[in-house]
Amino acid sequence: MDKTFFKQHISQQFNAELEDIIKQVMAMGGLVEQQLADAVHAMVEGDVELAEKVMTSDYQVNAKEVEIDEECTHILARRQPTASDLRLVIAVIKTITDLERMGDEAERVGRMGLHLLDEDRNSAPMADIASMGEHAREMTRGALDAFARMDVDQAVRVAQLDIQIDSLYETITQKLMKQMTASPDSVPRLMDIIWATRSLERIGDRARNICEYVVYFVKGKDVRHTSYDQMAEQATGDRH
Amino acid sequence: MSDSQTHSVNVAQNTQAHRGLSLDREDICLTAEGLKLFYGEDQALKGLDIRIPKNRITAFIGPSGCGKSTFLRCFNRMNDLIDAARIEGTIRLDGDDIYEKAVDVPELRRRVGMVFQKPNPFPKSIYENVAYGLRLQGVKNRRRLDEVVEKSLKRAALWDEVKDRLHENAFGLSGGQQQRLVIARAIAIDPEVLLLDEPCSALDPLATLKIEELMIELKKDYTLVIVTHNMQQAARVSDYTAFMYMGELIEYADTDTLFTSPAKKQTEDYITGRFG
Repeated sequence: MDKTFFKQHISQQFNAELEDIIKQVMAMGGLVEQQLADAVHAMVEGDVELAEKVMTSDYQVNAKEVEIDEECTHILARRQPTASDLRLVIAVIKTITDLERMGDEAERVGRMGLHLLDEDRNSAPMADIASMGEHAREMTRGALDAFARMDVDQAVRVAQLDIQIDSLYETITQKLMKQMTASPDSVPRLMDIIWATRSLERIGDRARNICEYVVYFVKGKDVRHTSYDQMAEQATGDRH
Repeated sequence: MSDSQTHSVNVAQNTQAHRGLSLDREDICLTAEGLKLFYGEDQALKGLDIRIPKNRITAFIGPSGCGKSTFLRCFNRMNDLIDAARIEGTIRLDGDDIYEKAVDVPELRRRVGMVFQKPNPFPKSIYENVAYGLRLQGVKNRRRLDEVVEKSLKRAALWDEVKDRLHENAFGLSGGQQQRLVIARAIAIDPEVLLLDEPCSALDPLATLKIEELMIELKKDYTLVIVTHNMQQAARVSDYTAFMYMGELIEYADTDTLFTSPAKKQTEDYITGRFG
């Protein structure tokens, strides 16, 4: 399946509708990616202004979700899509649900930019958190890119980046736990940092979900709840 | 996410295993093996193999001229009526070759009934339309005829609409009712298979839905094979779908698979409305 596949319907109008929802998903993904980058920066650097921007811009992501959902509903009702067209619409509906949640998680991370004290920022493993944020962003971008290109190989590669995020999450949590044990007074504040890193970890999971939808949409294979190896196996080979 | 991966494999395997139908688990009613059909010099069917399962609805879809109606007509030897038509290969009903010389063709057509695109009631009363086949068989007993007429009209979901005017002319019925009457007439003689050649193409959407409901009801007792131009109809009612193109059977699968993940690009292009 190549990128021109959605331009081959006899109905030009249908081509335009499908292309439009893909375009909208990319736009929504762009917003989430920016939100995530801003949120991590706000948290790590203590940039209050940027944190506020993240928190006030979430409505844009929500609005996009509603808009794309509505468009998908119209396509289902009027076109009764089948095969790859149906799988595309289903994948879009599921992708935007994950993107919206990723936006919420980013907002949670951004909020740390407002609440975190400088002393916490100095004691917490901020470099690891920044690196985790960068990975989460890379996964988000990679998953959407795989979607736009209908590239299952890329989807499989990007999904595997989640392993690194999970491992960073583990490292950060352990470091913070140690600090908590050493200084029980810091527990409430450090717990906030754990929640924020937890949000980044969830973003990685959701980006992985999007990669799975790419495999479903392109190959017609449902690879949710399978191992990375199984996912890679299902993704290889020609569909037609 | 690592904990979810522990049960992951089982979930995936179970979903695959329980997803829908498989021909290998079906009782097979009709089969075609290497079926070729020629109209004079022109070859309309190019060596088709198919297994049609019992008590299921199997749909044939494909563009005009792909041979789906011709194929359907092979199953009760309706093509015998066309002089230029010549057949090679085998069709079996319950394992018996229906093109053998000894086969009693009217009896075959009793077992394999047919419903056409345009409702074709006889210019007789509703009652006599349904009783027609039985009368041909020599049944004269009034009570028996009454019983079969009522039972058949009930099975065809028409009884409530016509029970007070059984002796009025069948042409007074609407198109959808006429089509259900024709189905009642076909099932009155207790067939095994019903072949339906675009049975809804002359009907409005609501009459179409009634016929579709009826088909789903009828598959409890009969094997149904339907040719339809309406892909959504095939998707709605059938258990299995065969996609034909230029006299060949391109893909045959359970309907869920064919409409969500067809294996062949030609099938995909056709059902999604792409340039082939």
